[in-house]
Order: sequence, then C-alpha cells, then structure tokens
Amino acid sequence: MSFRTPLSQVTGLGSARSGTAHWWGQRVSALGLIPLSLWFAGSVLQLSRADYITVVVWLHTPWVAVLLSLFLVTLLYHAYLGVQVVIEDYVHTEWLKIASLLVIKFACILLGAAGVFTALRVAFGA
Amino acid sequence: MADNRPLSPHLGIYRWQITMTMSILHRATGVALAVGSIALVWWLVAAGIGPDAFDTVHRFLSSGFGQFLLIGWTFSLFFHLCNGVRHLAWDAGWGFQIKTFYITGYLVWVVSVLLTAGTLWVAYTGGAA
Repeated sequence: MSFRTPLSQVTGLGSARSGTAHWWGQRVSALGLIPLSLWFAGSVLQLSRADYITVVVWLHTPWVAVLLSLFLVTLLYHAYLGVQVVIEDYVHTEWLKIASLLVIKFACILLGAAGVFTALRVAFGA
Repeated sequence: MADNRPLSPHLGIYRWQITMTMSILHRATGVALAVGSIALVWWLVAAGIGPDAFDTVHRFLSSGFGQFLLIGWTFSLFFHLCNGVRHLAWDAGWGFQIKTFYITGYLVWVVSVLLTAGTLWVAYTGGAA
C-alpha cells in the first residue's frame, strides 16, 4: 500500500508530448509497407525457381537496391515497434523486459545494417 | 491502488467471437513475420557472399521444415497485411459498426487465404494451368 498520490507516482516518468510517436510511427510504417511488401512478395515469387546468378542480376538492378533497402528499413522499424508492444504486454519482470527490448532493438538494427549493406554492395557490383 | 480488483477481460467466460481470433492472430502473425525477417536478411546476405553460401540457404528453405516456414510466412504476410489495412481503416474512423467488424473480419480471412493459395500455386507450378 503506497501513500503517494497517483500524480506523484507518475511525475518524472517522462514527457507526455511524445505519447503518440510510437502509435503514429507504427501506422506510417504500416502504410509504407503495403506497397513495399507486395512488391517484395511478387519479386520473391518470380525468383522462387531462380538460380544464384538470376538473383544476383536482380539485386544488380538500381531500383531493386533502392526498394529493397527501403523495404528492409521500414520492415525492421515496424517489426521493432510491434514486438516492443508484445514484450511490454507480456513480460512483467522489469529487468527482463528492459533486457528483451534492448536485445530486440539491437537485433533489428543489426539485421537492417547487414541487409542494406548487402543490397548496396551487390548493386554497386562487388 | 488496491491490487485485488477484478481484472478485465475475463477470457474464460466470453462466447467466442471472430474479433478475438483476428486480434490474437494479428499479433501472432506479426511476431512470426518479425522472426521471418531474420531468414530474409540471411538469404540476402548469403546472396551477397557467394554461390556456396546461397546454396546453403537454398537447401535449408527447400527442406520440409524450410517449406513449412515459407508457407507459414506467406500466410502470415497476407493475413497481417489484410488485417493491417482493416486496422488502418479503424484508425481513419471507418468500420466501427458491429456488423462491419464481422464482415471485414471474414473478408480478411477470405482474401488472405486466396492470396496465399494463389501464391503457393504459382510457386509450386510456375503458374501453368
């Protein structure tokens, strides 16, 4: 039983101004993912029987590198925001929650960096 | 605040409604797709490394378990995409009538199953009739 008022318990926990940033970021990235994921699914479907050379030639196309990079960054940003909410909802141990959130965040950044680097490296002909 | 207040929702006593299934499946497919992004980057990075690395990924994805994952991700993508559009419509203030909830819920099922079936048909037959 705490004798502190509800107001004093939340004071100092951060700005209320950024409250809609997460929600809005999730919606805007969702909107971007509609065309990007349909493009990617269609492309992968066409490549489903392709050999290595065909895939590399596809990755060499400039607009493929641009769209693929955009898709990866938007996808991983959206994935992080979504998984973040799932963790916040179901993980109630404070240290485990924070640790999981950090692991997911670093994993998304690592995947994004590796994916975009590869997309550009192949497009620039390495 | 007292900790022994009754908590809502009482999942055990609700009659099943499609809206519950849609809600939990939206989360489940979202998490599945987040895991799928690892495979996507693995595939891409392997293509950047060379034919041998690419072949390793290809062999894994062609295996029974790999095909199971790919089919699961295909359905997850279309389901999450269609239901995501449903969510965006709600955010825009549309579709809050109870009847509309049900119609759009079933519509998401029909469209995502059809898109998955069409995709698998093209993937396995090459699109030949």
